[in-house]
Amino acid sequence: MCRLALKTASEPFSPYTVLQAMEAMQEGYDGSGLGLLLRGLDFTDYSYKAGDPILSGIAHTEEAFHRLGSFMQDRGFELKYDHEFETDLSKIEAKDRHKYILRVYRRPEAWKSLSEDEVELQMMLTRIALRKDGEEHGGDLTAFSFWPDVAMIKEVGWPLNVGEALGLDSHRIKSRVCMAQGRQNTNWGINLYACHPFFIQGIATMTNGENTAFLPIKDWLSGKGFPGYIGYQSDSEVFAHILHYTVRQLKLPLEAYKHIITPLKTEELKDHPQGDFLLGLRNVCRRLIIDGPNAVIATLPDETCMLVMDAKKLRPATIGGKPGEWAIASEMCGVDAMIPDRDPSLDYQPMREHTIIVPPDRQEFQIWSQFDQFPLPQAA
Amino acid sequence: MVSIRSVPSTPSGLAAGDFPWIIEHREDRCTLCGRCTAVCPVNAIKLTYMRQRMPRLVLSSSERGSSYRTFVGIRQRTEAANRCIGCGTCEKVCPNQAIKPQPNTVSERHRFINTKGGEAWKRGGRKNEPGPSLLDKIIFNRISMLTDPALDAGRHEFSVNTLLGRVLSPEEYLRRKMTGEWIPPVREIFPFIIGSMSFGALSPNMWLGLLQGVAYCNEVLGIPVVMATGEGGCPPWVLKSPFLKYIILQIASGYFGWDEIIRAIPDMQCDPAAIEIKYGQGAKPGDGGLLMWFKVSKLIARLRGVPEGIDLPSPPVHQTLYSIEESVMKMVQSLSMAWDFKVPVYPKISGSNSAKSVLNNLVRNPYASGLLIDGIDGGTGAAYNVSMDAMGHPIASSVRECYLDLCAQGKQNEIPIFAAGGVGKNGNVTQNGLALIMLGASGVHMGKYIMQAAAGCLGSEQNRCNVCNVGICPKGITSQNPKLYRRLDPDLVAERVAETFMAINTEMKKVLAPLGRSQSLPIGMSDAIGIADKAAADQLQIKYVC
Repeated sequence: MCRLALKTASEPFSPYTVLQAMEAMQEGYDGSGLGLLLRGLDFTDYSYKAGDPILSGIAHTEEAFHRLGSFMQDRGFELKYDHEFETDLSKIEAKDRHKYILRVYRRPEAWKSLSEDEVELQMMLTRIALRKDGEEHGGDLTAFSFWPDVAMIKEVGWPLNVGEALGLDSHRIKSRVCMAQGRQNTNWGINLYACHPFFIQGIATMTNGENTAFLPIKDWLSGKGFPGYIGYQSDSEVFAHILHYTVRQLKLPLEAYKHIITPLKTEELKDHPQGDFLLGLRNVCRRLIIDGPNAVIATLPDETCMLVMDAKKLRPATIGGKPGEWAIASEMCGVDAMIPDRDPSLDYQPMREHTIIVPPDRQEFQIWSQFDQFPLPQAA
Repeated sequence: MVSIRSVPSTPSGLAAGDFPWIIEHREDRCTLCGRCTAVCPVNAIKLTYMRQRMPRLVLSSSERGSSYRTFVGIRQRTEAANRCIGCGTCEKVCPNQAIKPQPNTVSERHRFINTKGGEAWKRGGRKNEPGPSLLDKIIFNRISMLTDPALDAGRHEFSVNTLLGRVLSPEEYLRRKMTGEWIPPVREIFPFIIGSMSFGALSPNMWLGLLQGVAYCNEVLGIPVVMATGEGGCPPWVLKSPFLKYIILQIASGYFGWDEIIRAIPDMQCDPAAIEIKYGQGAKPGDGGLLMWFKVSKLIARLRGVPEGIDLPSPPVHQTLYSIEESVMKMVQSLSMAWDFKVPVYPKISGSNSAKSVLNNLVRNPYASGLLIDGIDGGTGAAYNVSMDAMGHPIASSVRECYLDLCAQGKQNEIPIFAAGGVGKNGNVTQNGLALIMLGASGVHMGKYIMQAAAGCLGSEQNRCNVCNVGICPKGITSQNPKLYRRLDPDLVAERVAETFMAINTEMKKVLAPLGRSQSLPIGMSDAIGIADKAAADQLQIKYVC
């Protein structure tokens, strides 16, 4: 089973603290891997300029590493910072890790004339092109994310070992948001891309549990013809894509996500203040209804964090913390490990209708219920 | 020994052993009550005198060695018109279990000469093919109980309803909501639908029983079952009743009954569930509906606006059918308009290699609400045997191809595909229906199964009974003769309808729970099914399992 931990704090912190929370929850998982997403980065040896895209991935061979260099150069990206991990590869199982990539680039000159939407599309297309390039060369290059202020690491092995192998305990990288997931997707066969968190255009999700409605959702998303809706080595990847579809494509508020993945029943919608709209939304997004058990934890580019459950709530998750610092974990001991000096009596475990949102100011978290009035655009 | 004076041999002469069903009669049990001969719908048996030799050993040469006794017994007629249909009504009425029909497994010579007067063989029923159907062979093999906590079919809540109606893309829905434009009507219904059987094909009691049962399912059990009328209209009292919302009105190429329907529109208390435009039928592609004269009673004649006692063959195609674009587009649009664009309108076609082209046409028609594809195993009240047995396309691959085509266009949520034709043919109705749903159907229509389950229709895959065409249904299901249909108690039919849908509802949960699905109907969840037939697995793009 997967174990999930998220910490968000106004002051940047080391991802190693989250890995320690993973260690606290060790009884619940098989330690087969680690997926890490850092947002709101702070490097001890580099002053990051907002808006510069950061590439995260792995060059498995020297040849792939050189290919990556020329690939980015050809497209006009100028390398501004190359983070050197203090690696100790003896601590991980895999042998084909030539170099872990964490590089900050300057946007190409040609992008200056593009709108922000177009730039964001180009960043995604660049990541996909790199991924495809790696796949065409026997999987020698893995690209996890290419986005401003986001770093991702995915590796096979026990989370704490992976952290030490990459020197994360040296605290040279810090972030304001850190998502960690502690398992390779052993349901489907080991594949680095199949490890949570999943990332698309700044939106990231991680999940525990199995999404049994995966195939019809995947078929529908694939049919949209959006270039980023690919992959699906894991049944959980669709959670990220549905969130992306909800907030970026449909431009609906974050609260709509819950109404799309786990809509209310017809009789419940009849009594809802916007039942008519939501019933229609349920119908048109019917193929995106998930079938848990799942707890979905997400983060957005503005550092908003979210937690939702499936409609039957067979997977637990707890949020706890204090103003300026919040932690979400699949186990209460995970929250304890991340923020020990909080009042645990104020911890909250959302029920099937809840969406927990931690806004970027991190002063308090919101509990929004599906039965509440939905923040709709005026005309709808 | 008695000499044979002549051999009764003509080209079409048959003996009882040449018929599809042979009467087995036990002389020792028979009390000669005569019930069987009175009840037989085809007069296949008769009471007759027979003579039996009684051999005796006599030593005296002046006396003959044998004597004869004369007795009354049961005989099977050997005229083709009176062939036994195997319905077994004789067996039902016999107080002593002295008589029953047995299927002829040796030589059914009757088929070769069943063309008296140049008339090709017509019958009711469906393609007769004993043994498991392809749908019966599909299994649900993606059990998620090991990787996740199981659902409990008995305790958890399941959402198993489907949508009938045009569904917009999410982008278009939001745009129209913002601008206040028309949103196509969508019905939330139970995915097992009582398929089109006309008021005319079915007896009044059967129809009433079905309607009562459907109303009970909706209003008491909370299972939103709908039923389709078939061609032939709908009784005016139903049209003007609040039960109309459970009814899909069918318009077919004969337009029978539509005068009454159109006239009743101003008095309707609610809208019908949907309108089905029949372009084709799986049991007899290329043929229109056929109500033979036997069944055109006074009531039926009045409903359909025709004289009594004449054959009512609908044309094979709609008179407006010049091209699919024109015909479908125009009919769908005009019928939508008749109900103010508040009722889903969808076409029904027979399964075919060309189903995809109809579907692609519908995708571009903003008023089309779905597509019903009826496969070769579908049933009918009357058709030529050759049409039933040989014409058409199996439903599974037809639905699958259409669904995958929609997926490629990203439109699978927009035009629901409904499947029909042999669903529950061997009694496995939930399994058959869910297999089709996981192949991509949004729901299934079932006709024959409902007749069998709710009214005890005797038809089987051994060409049993199958006389729905001539109005002599021994159960009173497909007869317009009051003496016959009074055998059917509408209340009991309604009870069986309710029982049937309750059982389907439970069985659905029993399948969906181990698959880990409870939040929505698993349309197109093809990773959950498998079949031990490599060729079928490849064609359907599902897992081959062995």
